[in-house]
Amino acid sequence: MIRLLVNRLFDTLVTALLVLTLVFVALRILPGDPAVAALGDTAGTAQIEALREQLGLNRSLAAQYFYFLWDMLRLDFGRSMLNGASISGILLSNLPYTLQLAAGAILVGMLIGVPAGILSAINKGRGLDYGARVFALIGLCIPDFYLGALMLIAFALTLDWFPIMGGGSGLWGSLYHVALPALTLGLVMAAFTSRLTRSALLEVLGRDYVRTARAKGVSERWVVGKHALRNAMIPVVTGFGIYILTMLSGSISIELIFSRPGIGSVLINGINARDYAVVQAGLVMFSMFVVLVNFGVDIVYALIDPRVRVAAR
Amino acid sequence: MSATTQPDAGLQPIAAEPLVGWRGFLRSLFSSRVTIFGLALILVFAGVAVLAPILAPYNPVEQSIILMNRPPSAEHLLGTDGFGRDILSRIIWGTRPSLALALLAPMIALILGTAIGTMAGFFGGRIDRLVGRLTDTLMAFPSLLLGILVSAALGPGFFNVVAAVAFAFLPRFIRVARASTMAVRQEPYIEAAFAVGQPRWRIIFRHVVPNISGPIVVVATLWIATAIRIEATLSFLGLGVQAPDPSWGNIIRDGLGNLLGSPWPVIFAGAAITLCVLAFNLVGDALRDALDPEHRD
Repeated sequence: MIRLLVNRLFDTLVTALLVLTLVFVALRILPGDPAVAALGDTAGTAQIEALREQLGLNRSLAAQYFYFLWDMLRLDFGRSMLNGASISGILLSNLPYTLQLAAGAILVGMLIGVPAGILSAINKGRGLDYGARVFALIGLCIPDFYLGALMLIAFALTLDWFPIMGGGSGLWGSLYHVALPALTLGLVMAAFTSRLTRSALLEVLGRDYVRTARAKGVSERWVVGKHALRNAMIPVVTGFGIYILTMLSGSISIELIFSRPGIGSVLINGINARDYAVVQAGLVMFSMFVVLVNFGVDIVYALIDPRVRVAAR
Repeated sequence: MSATTQPDAGLQPIAAEPLVGWRGFLRSLFSSRVTIFGLALILVFAGVAVLAPILAPYNPVEQSIILMNRPPSAEHLLGTDGFGRDILSRIIWGTRPSLALALLAPMIALILGTAIGTMAGFFGGRIDRLVGRLTDTLMAFPSLLLGILVSAALGPGFFNVVAAVAFAFLPRFIRVARASTMAVRQEPYIEAAFAVGQPRWRIIFRHVVPNISGPIVVVATLWIATAIRIEATLSFLGLGVQAPDPSWGNIIRDGLGNLLGSPWPVIFAGAAITLCVLAFNLVGDALRDALDPEHRD
């Protein structure tokens, strides 16, 4: 297990470096001068030069790359071009809102998705299965931001049960504000989860050892609950990483719909304000989320599936 | 990175087998009413996109202070938005960027992905390992997130969105092309081509590419629904088609700031996106089932 951990950690560091390099390449080598973009076409040459100097764009590419990596290592994202605030501080104050949203959405997604998938699989071909599958199909097709807008129109604007904007403060305020956004993302996630749970469980229920268990007279409840479900959960847990990441990308538009603070809001505001340093920080944050989640999933995977642990030896 | 399963429709890379029996394939494809419904819906959307100038009852960008925020009525079937623009006309014209992107982005990803994947899979070695590592890394990103990240770096605009979506799909195509090429490379006819001394570029273009094109084209059709969803999201985030030109995503973006004035633009534009994604998903699922019967429920 220790060896696996070290291996994966090394792998993750290499991936992180690769991803940081991609972000750097995307922002520096693509056409367009960030200084000109920030100041607009009307800015004077001296002004642009000064900003280029400040952003370090006058250095050679190699030097820029080195300083970029060094800054990232120290978690120093520079200062916002708009108001000079420390970007690390902005990210830190926004992070809790994104994490609340993600946690709420995962909770809703698992609580609805897994039972729906199980019911669907053990009632295969019946009305319940049909209903669950239609629900999942709609969840796969409806864009999360549209579902969010519908929720906003129905439950916040029309019925006035929930707030229409903001992140709230304190335990109750946070819960009150996160409920609708988390329900939106959670429903989309439930669609993915129920589909995956259903197909994984059906696959396992067709295996020989399940037939053996049934043949020796084990009750159906025990067959599903003890024998099948454990194995069926492996792909669901592996898929978990993808869900978290899908939700993180979904959180960007959900934060915009519900006017919620969060990392996605920071990124989108940065893009709209052409605040180069903020956009860079946002891109790095989301990329590092991906790297971290994949690392976490690999470890959890090894914990629940002994075969992975053995294979790593 | 072992957690690199497909994020979107749970589709698997399809083995490099030529399509056996076109008739059986077509029969399987058209056997379900749901699929025919999906195909019909796609034809309707395509027709609307082509005939937009004829079908749209009003100019989609013409504003009117008198006609602001009207609910659906006989004159304006889907109502008007906060600028007094006819929503039906805007949704009709908005079909164009969505469908154009749905065709362009997977096509670009297909061409580039096939080129890179085939070369890597055919020649192997250090380049292949680098390509493999890069695709693995990028595959860990959900395609929507990759699209948003690239779009954020490129800035707004329709063609930037095309580039972003194509890039988001690229690793998926590289992976299929690479795996298929490696499988095909073991075949006796490739060995024979080498034995008779054919140049390598000729082997690639005459023998490898035609044999891996089937699965890759299918992969491209499976990604169309996702492409439409990503385009809508990017337009919604303000990165896609720019105002005043309509796209489904930016109609929702505009409508969101005017929800108290009228919720109808958001409701109808979102319904159009959902229907379009549904249509391509239904047909994509049927295509996959027809090609890979084991996958069927």
